[in-house]
Amino acid sequence: MIVFEKPKSLVDIPLHYCPGCTHGIVHRLVAEVIDELGIEGKTIGVAPVGCSVMAYDYFACDMVEAAHGRAPAVATGIKRSDPENHIVFTYQGDGDLASIGTAETVHAAARNENITIIFINNAIYGMTGGQMAPTSLPGQVTQTSPYGRDVKACGYPIRVCEMLATLDGPEYLERVAVNNVKNVKSAKKAIKKAFQNQLEGKGFSLVEVISSCPTNWGMTPQKALEWIDEKMIPHYPLGVYKDRSAAKED
Amino acid sequence: MAEKVLMKGNEAIAEAAIEAGCRHYFGYPITPQTEVAAYMSKRMPKIGGTFLQAESEIAAINMVYGVSSTGKRVMTSSSSPGISLKAEGLSYLAGADLPALVVNVQRGGPGLGGIQPSQSDYFQATKGGGHGDYRMIVLAPASVQEMADLTMKGFDLADKYRMTAMILADGTMGQMMEPVEIKKPQAQAFDKSWAVTGTRGQRSHNVVNSLFLSPDVLERTNFERYERYRLIEETESMAERYLMDDAEICVVAFGIAARVAKNAIAEARKAGIRVGLIRPITLWPFPAKQLAAAAQTCHSFLSVELSMGQMIEDIRLAIECKRPVALCNRAGGIIPSPDEVYAKIVELAKNGGADK
Amino acid sequence: MTNEYLIAGFGGQGLLFAGKFLVNKGMMEGKEVSWLPSYGPEMRGGTANCSVIISDDPVGSPIVSRPNVLMVMNLPSLDKYENDVKAGGKIFVDSSLIGRRVERSNVDAYYVPATQLASDNGLSGLANMILAGKILKELGEFEDEEAVAASLKKVVSVKHPEMYEKNLTALKMGRDYQA
Repeated sequence: MIVFEKPKSLVDIPLHYCPGCTHGIVHRLVAEVIDELGIEGKTIGVAPVGCSVMAYDYFACDMVEAAHGRAPAVATGIKRSDPENHIVFTYQGDGDLASIGTAETVHAAARNENITIIFINNAIYGMTGGQMAPTSLPGQVTQTSPYGRDVKACGYPIRVCEMLATLDGPEYLERVAVNNVKNVKSAKKAIKKAFQNQLEGKGFSLVEVISSCPTNWGMTPQKALEWIDEKMIPHYPLGVYKDRSAAKED
Repeated sequence: MAEKVLMKGNEAIAEAAIEAGCRHYFGYPITPQTEVAAYMSKRMPKIGGTFLQAESEIAAINMVYGVSSTGKRVMTSSSSPGISLKAEGLSYLAGADLPALVVNVQRGGPGLGGIQPSQSDYFQATKGGGHGDYRMIVLAPASVQEMADLTMKGFDLADKYRMTAMILADGTMGQMMEPVEIKKPQAQAFDKSWAVTGTRGQRSHNVVNSLFLSPDVLERTNFERYERYRLIEETESMAERYLMDDAEICVVAFGIAARVAKNAIAEARKAGIRVGLIRPITLWPFPAKQLAAAAQTCHSFLSVELSMGQMIEDIRLAIECKRPVALCNRAGGIIPSPDEVYAKIVELAKNGGADK
Repeated sequence: MTNEYLIAGFGGQGLLFAGKFLVNKGMMEGKEVSWLPSYGPEMRGGTANCSVIISDDPVGSPIVSRPNVLMVMNLPSLDKYENDVKAGGKIFVDSSLIGRRVERSNVDAYYVPATQLASDNGLSGLANMILAGKILKELGEFEDEEAVAASLKKVVSVKHPEMYEKNLTALKMGRDYQA
C-alpha cells in the first residue's frame, strides 16, 4: 500500500529551493489539490518573479511566466480567453504581489476576477538576496534595512488580506501558515477551497501563506518555523478575512 | 464589394480587428485613441468577446500577454505616454514569442507632451522601447482604409511570426473620417501548438516563458529569433511609390506626413520639378531596398516627419549616405503644411544635390 | 474640382455634425472625401473646427489650411481664418454671433443670422444646419433636394428620427434665406 507519493501535478525533478524553505510544502499542497479535484488537464498556472520564478518547471499543468507583479493581469487574460475551460492560478511572493504588483492585485480583487491566488508571505525578497519586503516586520533586519525596518523612514508592512477585505469584490480571503502539521493541514483546506470557488464560478480567492525563509532570515530551518509563531503570526493573524458565500448562508 | 461607410480611423481599426477574429481587447483611456476602446466596449459584449478597461496600461498589456498565451487573437491600443507604460509588456511578449496587435495613435511628447498628432515615437516603435534585443513589425497607415487593412494584416503577421505587430498611427489618422470598406479577411491557419490551453491529459505541459538563465540558451534563442527577423526584412517590407519613375528628388514620408507631401509634390510637378515619394508602409522592416534603388536615380532625398527627425536616420542608413538627405519637420503636435514641404522641394531642386 | 471646407466656432455648436453631413453628401455622390475634427479639451466649450474635403481626385492632406469655403460661428474663428481663405473663396458668417463684416474684398461673404433664425423658429441648436443649407445653395448643390435629404438621413441618429425633419427644415431655411 502506498502511503506517500509525489502528486501527479508536480514534475519529477529536484526543486531549486533552499533547505528548509517552505515553498516546497506549498507547491505540494497546490499539486495535491489539483490532483484531488482532477483538474490538471485544464489548469494553467502563472509563475511570478521571485524565488518561485521557476515554478513553471515544477507544475505539470500548462504554465506561463509573468513579468514582476503582473501575474493577476496575465491570469485575467488567460481566464477571460476561455472562462469555462480554464482553471487559472497565480503563485506569487510578497514583493511581487504586495509591492510592484499591488495595483494588479487590488483590481483583480475588485473585479472579483474568477481566479485563484496563492500568496507566499515570508516578509523578505528571497531571490535577490534578502531585501526588505512590503511585508517585512517593523524592526526586521534585512539587506536593505540593516538597522531594522524603520517605520518612520520606510513605512509599515501591508496586511494584504485585511486590505483586500475592505473591497466588495473578492469572494474569499484567508491567511494560513505552513510552520507545523496542524497549520499545513488548514493551509491545504484553504487552498482547496480557493480552487473549488473558481470551479463554482464564485470568483477571486486568495490564500496568504505565512512562510519561512531561513537563508535570508539567517536562521536554521527549525528556528525559522518558530519565528513564524513568535513574530509573524502575531503581526499577521491567521484566519478567514472574507468568505462571501458563507456569509450569505449565515 | 462591401459598401463603403464613413468611419473614424480609430473605429476602423476596432471593426477590422473584430472582423479579423479578435475577441479580446484590453485598454485604458487616453486621447487621441479612446474611440477604439469605446467602440470595443459597445461591440464586444454583443459578439461574446471581452472588453476590459484595465487599471493601467501595464495591466492591459499583461492581460494581452495572458490571452495571447492561450493562442487567441488579442489587442490593446493607446497613445504615446501609454505605450511607454506598455514597453515592459512589449519586451516580455517578444521574449516569450507571443503574437499581439498593439496600436499607438501617437501624440506629441516627451513626457505628458500634448494631445495633437505626432510621429515622434518612431524610434520607440522601430528600435525597441522595451529592454533587450527584439523587434516589432511596425505598420504605418496613411488613410482610414489602411487603418482597417493594416490592422487585419497586422494580426496575420503577428500570428505568422509569433511577435507583436504595431499600428503606428497618429492623432489625425485616428480622428479623421474617410470612406472605408471593411474587407473580409482570408482565412489562414497558424500553428498554435505552443499555446497554454490546458494539457487535457493529452501532452506534456506547455510553458510560455521569457526567462533563460543559461547564457548559452538565451543567446541561441536570440539568434534564432533574429533569423526570423532577417526573413521578415527580406520578405515583408512594403512601400508606396508615387511619381518615382522619373524623379530626381525623393521625398520619404509615412502616415499623415506622406499625405501632406503628396499635395506639395503635386504643386512641385506643376512647376516642372521632377519629384516623387516613397511612403514606407512598414517602418520595420524598413523598405531599405526601395530607397537604395532610388539613390541610383535621385540626387537628393527629403524626409518629412512630425518629429525632430527620426526616420531620417534610417533613410541615411538605407542609402548608405550616398545622397544628401534633408529634413522638413514640425514637432509638438504641429503638422507641416504643404507649402513648407513645397518650399523645401524647390530648395533641393535649385541645389541639384550639390550638398554632397 | 476640389472643395475644401473649414467649419469653425465653439464646441457644442454642431460644427462636426455639419461637416459630417456635407462629407456624407459628397461620398454618396461618388466623390473622394475626408473629414477631420480638431479634438481635445477645446471640444468641450473652446474653439473647435472641422476640415472637410470633397474632391474628384484622391484627397492628399485632410487638413484644410487654405479653404475655399469657410463657415464661422464665432468671432475668434473669423479673426483666425479670414486671411487663409483662397482668393475667390466664400465665407459664411453667423451674423447673430459675429458683429463685424468680412474685411477681404477678393472673397464672397454671406451673412446669415443663423442662431437668431434657429431660436425664432423652434430650431434651437440647428444654426449649424441653417448655415450648411446656405452653403449648399451658394455652391449650387441644393438643386437636387432628394440627394440632400438622403444624405441627411444617413447622419441623423436612428434614435432621434424627429431630428431629421428639424434638420431638413433648417437646411431649407438656410437655402431660402434672403438678406
